Amino acid sequence: MTERPDEPTAAFSATELPKSPTGIAGLDEITGGGLPTGRPTLVVGGPGSGKTLLGITFLVNGAVHFNEPGVLMSFEENAEELAGDVASLGFDLKALAEQGKVLVDYVHVERSEIEETGEYDLEGLFVRLDHAVRSIGAKRVVLDTIESLFGGLQNESILRAELRRLLRWLRDRNLTVLITGERGQVTLTRHGLEEYVTDAVILVDHRVEEQVSTRRIRIVKYRGSHHGTNEYPFLIDTAGLSVLPLTSLRLQHQASSERVTSGLPQLDEMLGGKGYFRGSSVLISGTAGTGKTTLAAHFADAACRGGQRCLHLLFEESPQQMIRNMRSAGMDLEPWVKSGLLLFHADRPSRHGLETHLVVMHRLVEQFKPDVVIVDPMTSLLTVGNQLDVRAMITRLIDFLKLNGATVLFTSLTHGGDDLETTDALVSSLMDTWILLTAEAVERRRQRWLYVLKSRGMSHSDEVREFRLTNHGVDILPSPPPAKRGAQ
Amino acid sequence: MSGGAYNLRLYVAGQTPKSIRAFDNLRKICDEHLAGRYNIEVVDLLDNPQLGRGDQILAVPTLVRRLPAPIKKIIGDLSNTERVLVGLDLQPRES
Repeated sequence: MTERPDEPTAAFSATELPKSPTGIAGLDEITGGGLPTGRPTLVVGGPGSGKTLLGITFLVNGAVHFNEPGVLMSFEENAEELAGDVASLGFDLKALAEQGKVLVDYVHVERSEIEETGEYDLEGLFVRLDHAVRSIGAKRVVLDTIESLFGGLQNESILRAELRRLLRWLRDRNLTVLITGERGQVTLTRHGLEEYVTDAVILVDHRVEEQVSTRRIRIVKYRGSHHGTNEYPFLIDTAGLSVLPLTSLRLQHQASSERVTSGLPQLDEMLGGKGYFRGSSVLISGTAGTGKTTLAAHFADAACRGGQRCLHLLFEESPQQMIRNMRSAGMDLEPWVKSGLLLFHADRPSRHGLETHLVVMHRLVEQFKPDVVIVDPMTSLLTVGNQLDVRAMITRLIDFLKLNGATVLFTSLTHGGDDLETTDALVSSLMDTWILLTAEAVERRRQRWLYVLKSRGMSHSDEVREFRLTNHGVDILPSPPPAKRGAQ
Repeated sequence: MSGGAYNLRLYVAGQTPKSIRAFDNLRKICDEHLAGRYNIEVVDLLDNPQLGRGDQILAVPTLVRRLPAPIKKIIGDLSNTERVLVGLDLQPRES
């Protein structure tokens, strides 16, 4: 079996190598703390894969957050070009350079203007790097992309010997180094840099599948350290780089004792009299037509009524459809959409892969900063991935939302004939509250029932209550006297 | 051939056998082909590390022809006279 992606990765032993945090959300989690201190790490990727930005982020974060000045030796872009590239990430390379925190040395090799005759070495490069490192007391160095030298110099055997010497030189100085390399066809990097950098290798990749682009990152190798081995999606946006998962199920989030209404006083009553816990995960499962969506809409409506922001993800209906259908249940969601409290995001599950869905959700959450997130229905995602993948994704999503303090409600469609309480077993352990809806035909009328299967941290009702879907929404009937129920 | 003055700069890093060889080779070539119209400035990067950036020096020894324009660079110990002459535009490039 492959390893479970949601396995805790927090168990790193204290005897591991010292590490230098990258400050990149998620990357420090999957590497167990960052890049190996005092050693070189190779970051491999094709053009546009984000390796340069990763390198610069490592450098800037080091300088800004960890008091480790850094030198960027750029073989491809000059200081102005680089500053322009990273300005969108909120980095001010020029200011950092003026403060002596980051030094950019642009190394340009133009083969056409160079003639080679006889023996040489790259001591000039060493002297420049040494000078740069000394002048700001650098602890970190990024070489981007040193492979350019292969295009600039003819004598490959000298170049290779010098690269080997350079890596030793960097290690001797105890510098934490990030070296970028172009992805190769036969070898990992085009010029076999992996031969020289053997401590840690990270692969970044930018794919476009079905018109949707996804960036992924994978730790190929990390000598002497545990690390996540999966491919993780990562994002480059105005907030900089981030690798998903942002957490690795460390369960370190704050558990709120604050309560939020489910939107139905009768249901709140069943949930210890007060509703859901803020920041908890709620699952509403049931067969088709039992009212899951309506129950979820009550929650959205109540959240907005209370001035909270709700992100509502729709996988089967369009926002217009949703608004129309809920009007027939007595709820007008449109004003909330107009006032900006409610954001619908409709997407076909099959439009892209699970990782991309996760990335999209993540981005929406970052931008919209919701208090409540509704995923309706979660089960649609099963059409894109297998159950384990979906579980892993839901795990990460819940984790991420909990860290952000958002309450999340999933609906889940169970198919007729399946045992209601086992079909969702896969994800139920991730849920704090699980509400089940059932329907059956009794005396020529479809009767609906609702019960709280579990709700962590509160004494919830164990009653099975009948409810109706009316033109004013879900109506949970008062619990009948025991005698009457027995008669049915 | 070119009639103007040759302004040459030889970058080295310390007194290594390679740099000494390069300097000797350069003197010989210049005396033979540019007698009286050249000057050579030797820059030791170990003494002036900041100078490496301006002329984009990576390899040493590197000979930079600063004048006449355009700038030309020849790296190595200059042991192949013919290639040095080609590099300095004192001899046409073959093939």
